[in-house]
Amino acid sequence: MTTVTAARDAVVPRAADRPARERPSVAATAILLVGAAYCLLPVVWVVLAASKSSAELFSTLTFVPSLHLFDNIAELSTYRQGLFWRWMLNTGLYAGVGAALSAVVSAMAGYALAKYSFRGKASVFNVLLAGVLVPGVILAIPQYLLLAQVGLTNTYWSVLLPSVISPYGIYLARIYAAAAIPDEIVEAARTDGAGELRTFVQVAMPMMTPGLVTIFLFQFVAIWNNFMLPYIMLGDDRLFPLTVGLSGLLNQGASQPAMYTLVVTGALLSIVPLVALFLLLQRFWQVDLAAGAVKA
Amino acid sequence: MRLTTGIKAGAALAATALLAAGCSAGSGDAGGTGSGDSSDAAGPVELTFWTWAPNIEKVVDLWNADNPDIQVVVNKQDGGDPAVTKLLTAIEAGSGAPDIMQAEYQKIPQLVSNDAVADISGLLSDDTAGHFADGVWNAVTLGSDAVYAVPQDSGPMQFYYRADIFEKYGLDVPTTWDEYAEVARELHEQDPDKYLGTFSANDAGWFVGLTQQAGASWYGIDGDSWSVNIDSPEVQKVAEYWGGLVEDGVIDNKPMYTPEWNQGLNDGSQVGWLSAIWAPGVLSGNAPDTAGKWKMAPMPQWDVDAPATGAWGGSATAVTSQSEHPEQAARFIEWMNTDPEAVQALVDESGLYPADIPGSEDALSDPPAFFSNQKDFYEIAARTAQTTQPFTYGPNINVAYSAYNDEFAKATEARSADAFVAAVEAMQQVTVDDLVNSGFSVAE
Repeated sequence: MTTVTAARDAVVPRAADRPARERPSVAATAILLVGAAYCLLPVVWVVLAASKSSAELFSTLTFVPSLHLFDNIAELSTYRQGLFWRWMLNTGLYAGVGAALSAVVSAMAGYALAKYSFRGKASVFNVLLAGVLVPGVILAIPQYLLLAQVGLTNTYWSVLLPSVISPYGIYLARIYAAAAIPDEIVEAARTDGAGELRTFVQVAMPMMTPGLVTIFLFQFVAIWNNFMLPYIMLGDDRLFPLTVGLSGLLNQGASQPAMYTLVVTGALLSIVPLVALFLLLQRFWQVDLAAGAVKA
Repeated sequence: MRLTTGIKAGAALAATALLAAGCSAGSGDAGGTGSGDSSDAAGPVELTFWTWAPNIEKVVDLWNADNPDIQVVVNKQDGGDPAVTKLLTAIEAGSGAPDIMQAEYQKIPQLVSNDAVADISGLLSDDTAGHFADGVWNAVTLGSDAVYAVPQDSGPMQFYYRADIFEKYGLDVPTTWDEYAEVARELHEQDPDKYLGTFSANDAGWFVGLTQQAGASWYGIDGDSWSVNIDSPEVQKVAEYWGGLVEDGVIDNKPMYTPEWNQGLNDGSQVGWLSAIWAPGVLSGNAPDTAGKWKMAPMPQWDVDAPATGAWGGSATAVTSQSEHPEQAARFIEWMNTDPEAVQALVDESGLYPADIPGSEDALSDPPAFFSNQKDFYEIAARTAQTTQPFTYGPNINVAYSAYNDEFAKATEARSADAFVAAVEAMQQVTVDDLVNSGFSVAE
């Protein structure tokens, strides 16, 4: 509550300070419009291309829509007994459970790093910072070799486990916990007789919620779009997420036609849940970014 | 207030995620037992099979229905290159490899030199070798007494062309490469938008087939050492020929299997395609509206008196070295590739051109639907298949292939015959260097 008002107060007076310069600049607007078109055109292309039959896809004008969207969805749904929808559920599982667990782990680790002092804390945090700098793609092969030793490759776990730890998530949670939870409140909870776990769950977690939503969304989108890790880990196409499954439809080898129509339709369907999630959680994301800006 | 809504939304999300997990796990179990088909899932042996052949699971279902004790589970892969990379990673890691693996012929030396596939010579019936042409069988034995795979399908090359456009411009079907060059010139003169074909810098397997027809073999085995013959006179002849056509601009220089190329197939700007026996499937998938307009002819020849062709594609089925049930796996792959019922299913369900000779005569009578206008389709195919030239692949064919992509991407861009020949020389160098660096003994 307070963070929101603070953010608003910070913005409104500044806007009032410079009334003359507030008229929208033509050049800036034009640049923004070009930027918007640059971002949206591919999406428009996907929507229009998904509406074409495979004969029309390469023979009609690019931006002419057609009427075959539902035929394509029906065809995609019957491809190998609806395997596409299984990929959708798999992606939901990997992204949903992975991001939720990641948010919880990040919250615990971030809280501990922010509120406790213990030996080696600085080293742990430095290692974590180094981890933020290492792209996940580089880790995929070592992770494969490690999981192969315990026989977990080609299972749901092989994609879920590496997704749970997110150095960036822990880093964010630490920053957020340090800013959002006053030491006095933790002290007060202890004085009132709450154990450490209870302090964390009932006092700290609620105060960290906006930050955790951010971490959840970051991680959800990252896992949803992840290709390399599941591509390396999985051999069974019934465990595939959308990214790996759709790429497979395009790479059938030289002697098979690439299923462009199905892939384009699949790509369109695969962004729908992400768009829905963003529209649903947009408010929290904005609130949180603003709050972070003020606190920092 | 807002915080409370936040918690609610978070809880709702977590709940949705758990729900998705529940659904997914549920359907996972269903899928697991479902793949066991009609027999009970408590069968003693379950074999995993990595493959990318379309509808192959329907062929496997026939086996599973008759063999409750040996259940085969298909894991669809992304085509030859990614599947081999994944298999070699799993072999390296010591676990995670399937029991049975589809392997393109050109990958077999690489798989053998990495100990990825098992020698199944003692596990097959004695008459298995008799089912296949010598050249094909040689590709799975590498000329030794061992047997590393059972051939599944082959890809003899032919020339596919738009009969309607040939008729419109009064062109004759070329029977020699000289005629091919003439027709290409004539067509492009009459309509500058049209090309008789394209030289694709993306498809090394296609170029291998063209050089194979000219009598080249990129590798040789001499005792324990390998030789690399990529810059042989035969390969240089082919490269120079195509470089000349591209230099004159009468042949396109865009890669195949791109959206642009698909568009060319649809709008008739790509009038011909030097392809293999599986071409009808690709054409019907990429340009369904051109059905009935295409025809197939034998490849143009270098020497009309000694007709020859190359092969593009085709693969065999191998048992991996990690399989704990090589005996059962070998029985399955022998059945799949030589049993008449299975071979018929490979043709009907997967659209493959089977390597099995006795089975394919019965299975291939009617032309593919896309070529229903050409009654003698499979007669011509069988005739050309017999003229497939011998060819040896090496253990680092992947390096030679990627060198092809790199070097010919530059050469097609440069549009000069000299650049094409230079590309072949560069490929030779890259391939030999890599072979030496990998510790193979290489004969000069």
